[in-house]
Amino acid sequence: MIRDITIGQYYPADSVIHRLDPRTKLVGTLAFILSLFLFRSYAAYLVATVFLAGVIRASKVPFKFMVRGMKAIVFLLLITVVFNMFLTPGEPLVRIWKLTVTREGLELAIFMAIRLTYLIIGSSVMTLTTTPNQLTDGMEKGLRPLNKLHVPVHEMAMIMSIALRFIPILLEETDKIMKAQMARGADFESGGVIKKAKSMVPLLVPLFISAFRRANDLAMAMEARGYHGGEGRTKMKPLHYQKRDRAAYLTLVVYLLAMYGAKRIAGF
Amino acid sequence: MSIKLEHVNYIYSPGTAYEKQALTDICLEFPDGQFAGIIGHTGSGKSTLIQHLNGLVRATSGTVYYNGEDIYREDYPMKDLRSRVGLVFQYPEYQLFEVDVFSDVCFGPKNLGLPKEEVEKRAYHALQQVGLKEKYFKKSPFELSGGQKRRAAIAGILAMQPEVLILDEPTAGLDPKGRDDILDQIQLLHREQGITVVLVSHSMEDIARYVERIVVMDKGRVRFNDRPEKVFEHYRELEQIGLAAPQVTYVMQALRERGMDVDIHAATVEGAAASIRSYFGNFEKRREG
Repeated sequence: MIRDITIGQYYPADSVIHRLDPRTKLVGTLAFILSLFLFRSYAAYLVATVFLAGVIRASKVPFKFMVRGMKAIVFLLLITVVFNMFLTPGEPLVRIWKLTVTREGLELAIFMAIRLTYLIIGSSVMTLTTTPNQLTDGMEKGLRPLNKLHVPVHEMAMIMSIALRFIPILLEETDKIMKAQMARGADFESGGVIKKAKSMVPLLVPLFISAFRRANDLAMAMEARGYHGGEGRTKMKPLHYQKRDRAAYLTLVVYLLAMYGAKRIAGF
Repeated sequence: MSIKLEHVNYIYSPGTAYEKQALTDICLEFPDGQFAGIIGHTGSGKSTLIQHLNGLVRATSGTVYYNGEDIYREDYPMKDLRSRVGLVFQYPEYQLFEVDVFSDVCFGPKNLGLPKEEVEKRAYHALQQVGLKEKYFKKSPFELSGGQKRRAAIAGILAMQPEVLILDEPTAGLDPKGRDDILDQIQLLHREQGITVVLVSHSMEDIARYVERIVVMDKGRVRFNDRPEKVFEHYRELEQIGLAAPQVTYVMQALRERGMDVDIHAATVEGAAASIRSYFGNFEKRREG
């Protein structure tokens, strides 16, 4: 039941996108999201669609996995669209009761919907093709210059990768404890808000205890293996840019130029 | 009156990259009053299998019958089934959550909607059954030792007075004394109250001593399903799937190969000793006569 949650789930496959350096993917995703907000025109979004479709194709991840992430934001998307449609002042198009749909509002709503959808799909491509460990490694290396400003980059990356690593473990643990309590007749579904909250106690207490126990064990295991922070720590798989990363950056620049060009030249 | 599985298949995360067939075409029956054992290597599907027995996991295909009734039927009282088929999970002490041992044991019967006196009576009785002394009743579960916590957790299931008791590796992580104590207590329950017991383990030694029947699981399938001595005859096949017959089986087989007429079906040290003794007894007699 709980296994079905897919936050930042990695989809193992052998593709160019999977093999890219995580830094490339991070920068690429960021640039893609920024481009969605910088170049607001139909022509530019057409370019973005082609680019995104190409990347998805190259990633070999089935399209339905990308869409799965959309389910979570359908509600948010709906609200945004409705509010933009009705509450933007401008030239009136349709009038429903006291509400007016304006041309500007409709346009804004369409743009918003496209932006949000592409934003989610774009970041899904990154998380589906990059393991959490690679992602934090990429962040750590990419943000290393901040070390000079005394930002604890390594520690932050370590905290993040441990937190990410613990998500599936705790989910599994939750599943296990839930089943164990259900075997004792516990009921997690029925009843009102208060009864539901109360029924969570037999789940949450053992879960917290187990999380603390695991944290304790992990800290001990890390110290036993001589962990002492990022100073002088080497990597088993150090990140190096490859030829394909250079090609990817080049593609990205071409994409950004195309976006710019599409907005400038096509002008709609 | 039994639990019966017919052509049960179970697939984890179907339709994803992590899809895995955990159980394949399982047909089994656990008759009333039997002390059965399920044995298998890690990942052979034994834990998944037992979760089907009380409806916690729903089979991808196939049917499970409890006392002849299909438990996947629309209006089947699932909660009732869970109280009748008690399932003790692996490391059950991790599910303790109440402020004291006694209230934790009360959780199960309380969920059945019984009156307070009955709940407390059952909890008290269950704690006695697992042999936990009264001085621990009002202690926090976290003050107890590992073995005591395990007993308290098992009492939590017994307090629901199930007709069938399933235990998933009840002795994992316990010392030899704690292991024998718990298994002896379970056997006593089986003998005195006649409840059906299904014991899951990966130790043949444990299983051989107590059970009347062994189900051997391998890669999600039932490999053997027979009386212990019959199963142990296949000790070479058992080795191939990462298991082994009890050590005495090897001793007796070796003795038989050297020409001694001993019982190769002896599954416990005591039984083997008796068989060897009687062999030498006969030997003496023959020499004298």
